[in-house]
Amino acid sequence: MAGLILKDLSKSYGEKKVLDDLSLEVKDREFCILLGPSGCGKSTILRLIAGLDAQDSGVIVVGNKEVSRLTPKERDIAMVFQSYALYPHMDVFENMSFSLKIRKTPGKEIEKKVRDAARMLDIADLLNRKPRELSGGQRQRVAIGRAIVRDPELFLFDEPLSNLDAKLRSAMRIEIKGIHEKLKKTIIYVTHDQIEALTLGEKIVLIDQGKIQQIGTPSEVYDHPANIFVASFIGSPRMNLVKGKIEISDNRLRFLSDAFSFDMKMNERIAGFEDKEIILGVRPESLIIGEGHIHGKVEFVEHLGAEKIVYAKAGNEKLIARAPAEKNFIVGDKINLSFQESNIHLFHEEKRIGL
Amino acid sequence: MKKILLFVTVGVIVFGSLLPFLWFLDTSLKTEKEITTIPPVLFPSGSTEFYRSSFERYSLLHYVKNSVIVASSTTFVTLALSIFAGYSLSRLRIRYKGLIMGSLLTVSMFPQISIAGPVWRIMQSLNWLNTYQGLIVPYVTLTLPLGVWITASFFKDLPEEIEDAARVDGCGHFQTLFRIMLPLAGPGIFTAAILIFIYAWNEFFFALLIMTEQGVQTLPVGIALFQGQYTMPWGEIAAASTVATVPIVILVFFFQKKIISGLSAGALKG
Repeated sequence: MAGLILKDLSKSYGEKKVLDDLSLEVKDREFCILLGPSGCGKSTILRLIAGLDAQDSGVIVVGNKEVSRLTPKERDIAMVFQSYALYPHMDVFENMSFSLKIRKTPGKEIEKKVRDAARMLDIADLLNRKPRELSGGQRQRVAIGRAIVRDPELFLFDEPLSNLDAKLRSAMRIEIKGIHEKLKKTIIYVTHDQIEALTLGEKIVLIDQGKIQQIGTPSEVYDHPANIFVASFIGSPRMNLVKGKIEISDNRLRFLSDAFSFDMKMNERIAGFEDKEIILGVRPESLIIGEGHIHGKVEFVEHLGAEKIVYAKAGNEKLIARAPAEKNFIVGDKINLSFQESNIHLFHEEKRIGL
Repeated sequence: MKKILLFVTVGVIVFGSLLPFLWFLDTSLKTEKEITTIPPVLFPSGSTEFYRSSFERYSLLHYVKNSVIVASSTTFVTLALSIFAGYSLSRLRIRYKGLIMGSLLTVSMFPQISIAGPVWRIMQSLNWLNTYQGLIVPYVTLTLPLGVWITASFFKDLPEEIEDAARVDGCGHFQTLFRIMLPLAGPGIFTAAILIFIYAWNEFFFALLIMTEQGVQTLPVGIALFQGQYTMPWGEIAAASTVATVPIVILVFFFQKKIISGLSAGALKG
C-alpha cells in the first residue's frame, strides 16, 4: 500500500502556473519533506492533497483510495497549519475534539482519544484553557493533538515550526520525529528550512518553480545534488560554485577558472564536456585553509563559536570555507586553499555531470 | 491643563447631545401646571401622572408592542440575510464581488423621499399597507446594505487558516459558518444587530406613510399623532418619548463593550 501518490498534478492561479505536471510517490509510514524556497508551490501541494483547493488536472491517491475530486471532509487527512489555526472560542479540549464531534463519534471515545493524545503531547493539564492563554509552543502541541485524535491515514504539516523561536524549534523537531515513530503514519511535511528537512526527513523532495528538482534521502541530496538549485539550496553556508571549463592534456582532466585550475583523474563522462561551460561546486567544509594552490584574501570572518566561517576572494570568485574556531584570521590576510577531488561536484547547464 | 480642556470639551458635547433628552425627561416628570408656568420650573415635582395618562388615554403600550414587533422582525430578517450574504461575499469565489458590494452601498444612498412613492405603490398593490410586513420588508431593504457591509468586513478579517482547519476537520460550508465563523464574528453581528434595531425603532417617515391605521402604528408615529386638532399634550409626549428612548439606552449601555469592540475591530486588524 502506498501512503500517497500524486500523478501529473497541475495548478495555476490565474496566469501563474504554480505546479507543473508534478508526480510523487510516498511510501506508507514514510516521513516525507517538501522543501523549497517560498513561492515554489510546496504549500499548494498540501492544499491540493487536503482538498482545500482543486487541482486543474492530475490524480491524488491516499492509501488505496483516489481522492482527487473529494471534499476535505471526505478525505481522511489531518493538517497542522503554520499559524496553528486553533479555534479561539473553544478551549483546548473542544479544539481537539471538534473533528470527532463533527463526525458524531460517541462521547466516551472522544474523551479517551483526547486524553490519550493530550498525555502524549504533555498538554493534559491545559485542556480547559483557551488558545489565547497558551504559549506558542503549547498552541503548536494543541494543533498537533487536534490532528492526532482523528487517527487519519495521512498527516500534513504546513511549516508548523516557523512561528516558534529557535530554541523551541529544535526541541519540537525532535518531538515531531518521536511522534512519527509512535504513530507510524505517513507524514507530508512542508518547510523552507533545510536544517529542519535534513534532521526530520526520511525522504526529501526539493521543489522549485512548481517542479520537483530532486528526491532523495538527506545524505543523497546533500552529497549528490542533482542540479545547481539543489546544490545551492541545501547546505549552510552554501556550496561554493565556480564557473570554468574542462581541458584535456596528457590524459589528465583539468578544470580552469579565473580563480584557480584543478587537475582531476580521467573520467569519460566528464571528458565529453571538454570546452563547454562547467560549474565546479565544493562545500565550505571541504575547502581546507592552509596548504594549497588557490590563493585568496580574507574578506570577512564569521565567528560561530564552535567554528569560523571565512569569506575569501580568489581572483574574481568569492569562496566560503569553514575553519576550526582556534584558528585566527584577520581581514586582508593572504590564505591558501585546497580541496580533494572526491569532494567536488560538477554541473553543466544546471545539471550534475559525472561521478 | 490638557485634561481640563478635554473634560470641558467632552462635557459640552455630551451635554449638548443629551439636552433634548434631559428636557423631555424633565418635562415628563412635571405636573400639568408646572409645564405651563412662566418662568419654567427646572426641577419637576416627580409626578408620574403623564406616564399613567399616556399609557391609559393614549394606548402607549400598544405602540410599544408594534415597535417591538417591527424592529425585532426587521433585525432578525436583515441579520439572517446579512450573515449569508456577508459570508459569501467575503469568502466564496464570486464574480463581481466589488460590483455587488458597491451597488449595495449605492442603494443605501437614495434619499428616502425619492423611493417613498414606489414603495407605497408596491405595498398598496400587495395589500400590505397597514400590515407589519408592509413595514418590515422596506426596513429590511433599507438596513440590508449596512448589515451586509458590517458582517462582510468582519468575516473578511477572520484568518482564513481557521476556516481551512474547520474544513479539514470535516465541516461543510454551513457547519464552518455556524460553528466556527459565526461565533468568531460575534461582536460584528452584534454591532449590526443593534444598529439595525435602532434604525427600525426610530424610523418615522415610512412608518407614517405605510401605517395609517392607529392599530398598527409604531412608537414614533404614535407619539407624533398624540396631538389633536386643538390639544398639544406636552406632558404625555414627553413621557412617551422617554418610554421610547429608554429601551435603546439600556440596550446600548448593556452591550457597550461589545459594540465598541465591534465598531473598532475591523480598523485595528486591518
